[in-house]
Amino acid sequence: MNEVILYTVLSLTGLGILAAAIIHLVSKKFAVQEDERIDKVEEVLPATNCGGCGQPGCRAFAKAVVEAGTLEELHCPVGGNAVMKQVAAILGIEAVERDPYIAVVRCSGSFEYRKKTNIYDGESSCKIAATLYSGDTGCAYGCLGMGDCVEVCDFEAMYMDEKTGLPVIIEDKCTACNACVKECPKDILELWPKGKKNKRIYVACLNEEKGSSARKECAVACSGCAKCFESCRYDAITINNSLAAIDPEKCTLCLECVETCDVRNIITANIPDEKIKHATEHRIRLEERARKKKEEEKMAAQAGQQQNGDATTQA
Amino acid sequence: MAMRLHKHKTFKTGGIHPHDNKLSSQVAITPLPLPKMVTIPIIQHIGAPAKIVVNRGDMIKTGQIIATHEGFVSSNIHASVSGRVGVIEEVMDSTGFKHMAINIRVKGDDWEESIDRSDTLIEEIKLTPKEIVSRIMEAGVVGMGGAAFPSHVKLSVPEGKHVDHLLINGVECEPYLTADHRVMLEKPKEIIVGIKILMKALGVQKAIIGIEDNKADAIEIFQQLLKNEKHIGVEALEVQYPQGGEKQLIQALLNREVPSGGLPADVGVIVHNVGTTYAVYEAVQKNKPLIERVVTVTGKSVKQPSNFLVRIGTPVIDLLIAAGGVPEDTGKIVSGGPMMGKAIADLDVPVAKGTSGILLIPKDEASRSEVYNCVHCGKCIEACPMGLEPYRLLIMSKKGNSKRAKEEHILDCIECGSCSFVCPSNRPILDYIRLGKTQLKKQKSV
Repeated sequence: MNEVILYTVLSLTGLGILAAAIIHLVSKKFAVQEDERIDKVEEVLPATNCGGCGQPGCRAFAKAVVEAGTLEELHCPVGGNAVMKQVAAILGIEAVERDPYIAVVRCSGSFEYRKKTNIYDGESSCKIAATLYSGDTGCAYGCLGMGDCVEVCDFEAMYMDEKTGLPVIIEDKCTACNACVKECPKDILELWPKGKKNKRIYVACLNEEKGSSARKECAVACSGCAKCFESCRYDAITINNSLAAIDPEKCTLCLECVETCDVRNIITANIPDEKIKHATEHRIRLEERARKKKEEEKMAAQAGQQQNGDATTQA
Repeated sequence: MAMRLHKHKTFKTGGIHPHDNKLSSQVAITPLPLPKMVTIPIIQHIGAPAKIVVNRGDMIKTGQIIATHEGFVSSNIHASVSGRVGVIEEVMDSTGFKHMAINIRVKGDDWEESIDRSDTLIEEIKLTPKEIVSRIMEAGVVGMGGAAFPSHVKLSVPEGKHVDHLLINGVECEPYLTADHRVMLEKPKEIIVGIKILMKALGVQKAIIGIEDNKADAIEIFQQLLKNEKHIGVEALEVQYPQGGEKQLIQALLNREVPSGGLPADVGVIVHNVGTTYAVYEAVQKNKPLIERVVTVTGKSVKQPSNFLVRIGTPVIDLLIAAGGVPEDTGKIVSGGPMMGKAIADLDVPVAKGTSGILLIPKDEASRSEVYNCVHCGKCIEACPMGLEPYRLLIMSKKGNSKRAKEEHILDCIECGSCSFVCPSNRPILDYIRLGKTQLKKQKSV
């Protein structure tokens, strides 16, 4: 009896040792050489696997960074500059600073301003509604309000405002991962530079129809009146297809355009009203001065003409 | 599947049997009085939008070209009324999207002199096949069954393909609609001449008219008229939806299967709708462009379900008023039939070349029911006339997996809606398949 146990134990132990030896040899022979920096980089990444960087997940991003050896083209929008600095330190390369972005909602047609013209009772999804028709309000460009963007947000940075029917972005949580931008069939959402001290302005409308027909459908549609365009001293505003757009790179946040918009469709974030007021007063003063100057020039020109006239009669 | 007791032919893959509700089948076609204003979209067909050739303020005659075709797969658009051109702007049309359209303020009814407006039947076909095709192209004839595919494109068979059969689609499988039925009853002789024109243009020796057996009167008329015709036959078909689909009709009549992604010409067949055939007759023999069509206005609560002869561009509201107004219990107004039609969002939407009917659905039938989870019962697979697996395509589209969906032949879907119709969980199957198809098309264009 004892013999049986002994042989069993011995043979099993022998087999175990043999198998261990084989495994050891195989693992040596077929070992996958992986850059250990990939693991280190992955550790500092936010591990959200959101795909905002353009890579399929954080591990892939870490691999790509290590392979590229430069941070020129790769950037983790969720981690931002802080994480990228750490990544640069691990790889021993220079960090590239990038301005942080945030998603903005480029539609202000809430229930109040944009009346429903029909009732949609199909599947509650913006994407599907967009394949069927232009929407349940007269505006073919505006938000459809069924919240596809909210559903894809991995960071709980969005919610649908029940009072307005528009999505709202929670500033602290938005990581500019681009998921909502890709999801929106109407391209209402856009990544916008977060701006210094989170201050930014943008036009919240995408309606390219002519002013009169756009306003018929939505009381706050951009009519392309170009008042903001005229007020801008930095060429940051352009009007294309009856729609104003602000170039965030040229915009100096002088805020002088904000109150020229008769429907207040130039949205300001984190800017106190006082500043806008000051800016408007400043603009009015400037305009006054310009007008006076013009008048004086006109007077001078007239006077000059009169003198010339007198001179000719005298001669 | 229960054994089929009918002796008539039908297609074999899938298919459903909705209640046919042909309320207006015994109502004769009546011309609708001229509207005050028409709105003619420049895209009423599949293909490139036509190019506008009139300006605001121009006086135009009925039948005059107002927009010419751009490229081969496109169609001419003619003025359907005489009067003064108004605003040219983007308007909502029956597709639910805004498109460029020409408004015409109606003044009198002054036709182009070249158009023969008499009722006399002209049987002799003088034109050569090439001339026929170019005449059809000039007249802006498009498929009038609903898809509005330019007819001259179908008649120009690509080289290397041999066509031996012309099928005339008199199936009208959509419930409620009776426009084609009425045309067959009232203009059978003209349709037969139209078939001969199409046969000459295509150079085929054989034509078959397929009619579902719920239109016995139409079948009888054609059988009588075609007694002595060797080359044109008429075939009764068992009622089954979507028999009016090209591929289904070919399967039902000839037992041939169009390959995936292929065209009917690949199996030697060209299919034209009866309405189109009548338009071809008018275009070739009477020199009349496609400026009016028969539209069924129907619905369970509609006072007088009717078949109107309507000028293209007439606002839908005019048709509804002529049919006794909009009933109070209306939940949805659909352009087209209940299966493939599309609810319209605005009553000023104009009638287009592809508008076969206006259906008013009562409230209790209009709204969608609550959606439940898929129970994998496989009813959608059984119903799909294209042999697809709709419930799987839904999941793929929902997840944005368009590559996989393409491998599963999502692009073969004819959007007949049979899957959504039979689904016991009321799942929006077709909605998602359509989304998947749109996503694929977008990827292609990018």
